[in-house]
Amino acid sequence: MEILVCARRVPDTSENEIELNSAGNDIERDDLVYSINEPDNYAVEEALQIVSRIGGSVTVVTVGGEDDEEILRREMAMGATHGVLISDDAFGGSDGRGIATILKAFVQKGKYDLVLTGVQAEDGGAQVGGMLAAMLDYPFASLVNSIEVLDGGKLKISREIAGGNKEMNEIDLPCVLSIQTGINEPRYVGMRGIRQVASVPIPTYGASDLGVDPGAVGQAAAKVKRVDYFVPALGKGAEMLQGSREEIVEKVVELVAAKGGLK
Amino acid sequence: MARIFTYIAHKSGVPDDSAAELMAAARKIDAASSPTAIVTGWGPDLDAVCSSLQSSYAETWKISNEALVYPNAELVRKALVKVLPPGSILLVAHEHFGIDLAPGLSVKMNAAFVSDVLGIEGIEGSTLRLIRQEFGGQVSAHVQCDISSGAVITLRPGAFKPLEQASANGVVADKSPELGPLTAGRRYLETIVAEAGDVDITKHAVLVSIGRGIQEKNNVAIAQELADALGAAVSCSRPVVDAKWLEKSRQVGSSGKTVKPQVYLACGISGSFQHLAGIKGNPFIVAINKNPKAPIFQVADVGIVDDLLEFLPELTNKIREMHSVSVK
Ligand SMILES: Cc1cc2nc3c(=O)[nH]c(=O)nc-3n(C[C@H](O)[C@H](O)[C@H](O)COP(=O)(O)OP(=O)(O)OC[C@H]3O[C@@H](n4cnc5c(N)ncnc54)[C@H](O)[C@@H]3O)c2cc1C
Ligand SMILES: Nc1ncnc2c1ncn2[C@@H]1O[C@H](COP(=O)(O)O)[C@@H](O)[C@H]1O
Repeated sequence: MEILVCARRVPDTSENEIELNSAGNDIERDDLVYSINEPDNYAVEEALQIVSRIGGSVTVVTVGGEDDEEILRREMAMGATHGVLISDDAFGGSDGRGIATILKAFVQKGKYDLVLTGVQAEDGGAQVGGMLAAMLDYPFASLVNSIEVLDGGKLKISREIAGGNKEMNEIDLPCVLSIQTGINEPRYVGMRGIRQVASVPIPTYGASDLGVDPGAVGQAAAKVKRVDYFVPALGKGAEMLQGSREEIVEKVVELVAAKGGLK
Repeated sequence: MARIFTYIAHKSGVPDDSAAELMAAARKIDAASSPTAIVTGWGPDLDAVCSSLQSSYAETWKISNEALVYPNAELVRKALVKVLPPGSILLVAHEHFGIDLAPGLSVKMNAAFVSDVLGIEGIEGSTLRLIRQEFGGQVSAHVQCDISSGAVITLRPGAFKPLEQASANGVVADKSPELGPLTAGRRYLETIVAEAGDVDITKHAVLVSIGRGIQEKNNVAIAQELADALGAAVSCSRPVVDAKWLEKSRQVGSSGKTVKPQVYLACGISGSFQHLAGIKGNPFIVAINKNPKAPIFQVADVGIVDDLLEFLPELTNKIREMHSVSVK
């Protein structure tokens, strides 16, 4: 099976305190730790596991800039067959629909049986996968947490719905699936693996290579624009306990007891 | 002004709680608007939903088709594309069905799409101003959206408070004949209910809940020791389950369990809305986090900025000490 995984490099929220920059129009991007968007990494692992069962290849693609090559190499170190960077000045400021338009052009240049995305990007809207599917007229399923390949060009998948229940579906190939975290256990990537793919060339495509009309994507075509970031006025906010650890421990015991939490 | 529609999810003949929230959001877009509810389904359940919406919605569009007996997003999308007038604004709840339906629908309607909206600031000309959150709720963003060719907007559950309103005495219009045959490349098979686990976290008055901040599987014991001293159970956030450190049945949140404890100790949990969605009944929340800006501190009652791997064992010791004193 030929599988395409769409992936993004994002600031890692579990590693960073995200703050506003001094102008208040963006987050402070100096010193941020970046990594591959978490569900995208699960998507690559799932693609690798499918290919190891039934054969095929895994291509990882990102729409971004030069810095984003880093995640392509990381996923190649995991075992992805190819990494592809899609980059063009005309793509800057694209909204989700713009990104999906660019990815659609790339999908149509190749021949993929299955396209995977993550459920959602850290600064995204859980939209690119569903939009891409609609543009390609492929079936789509979101929040996918298991995939079984059936005979006859079909998959059996489960979607995660409320309360941890699973919705089982059958879906025709080719299709687009958005992958939820926890679907598998992504393999570990060591420095050694990354060094081994450090000099593999990564093909880069721009608007003209893909036949994307620059006027249909980018800032100017975006129907949706982020105006600024802000930190909302806190609700009532927690009472922050101050003092030595010992004092705080005593205070917590007292409060928890008062709330009936001590037997 | 564009016509506003709300898509009403339902179960067993009863509209979802989001019906009233979507109505409140429609009024924020346009105070004078009288949004139209759209319901898809089949049989007596569908009729029951439509008639119960008559008390709040002036107009309800009923879309009845046997293929829609289970809400398959691809089929619902095809139905909506047929009936929605060009330029409409459609509001949908941001949960597993909305996430499935809305992005593709916006493409087929050639409309703008904004997801997981938690605030609506108003409209100027054809620009709608909205509020979202990014980076796990660590920062918010103002977003503007060009609605000149319509919009599909998903709304965060719980973000819009239902309005008090007089009974609408509404009408139900049957739009089913417009549909034609419906087929999809994805077919619903069955729903598999989550397995019960070893411990039922929904029955405990005190929960020691751990998040990614617990860092590794071996550290789960630190939380278990505290829970044992308190007579509590250990629950967790999603990454702990994804990493297979605890069973799925311990997960609190929109894709896990809903809990109603008296006391909730959130340890190394950032406070994402999907996690908070599983905490009900207004418990006393104590948050321990090393990041003073963690969103959990906005909703907790008391907050402690500390390393949980050091703090929790001291708390456990203190409680054990008290027990041994009271026994003597
Ligand atoms: C469709 C969908 C459904 C979801 N359903 C759920 C759900 O049901 N339940 C759920 O929980 N999540 C759910 N999520 C995931 C959710 O969005 C968050 O990603 C998740 O809740 C984050 O978990 P966390 O707070 O443990 O991790 P993080 O957000 O990574 O936070 C870890 C926190 O630990 C702190 N920390 C780190 N080390 C220490 C230390 N040594 N001492 C003290 N503090 C420390 C950090 O400062 C940080 O605040 C869902 C997501 C999606 C897209
Ligand atoms: N710039 C991009 N390049 C490649 N894939 C992307 C890009 N943006 C989003 N995606 C994919 O779409 C998923 C959902 O992103 P979003 O809709 O922005 O939340 C991500 O998890 C990625 O798999």
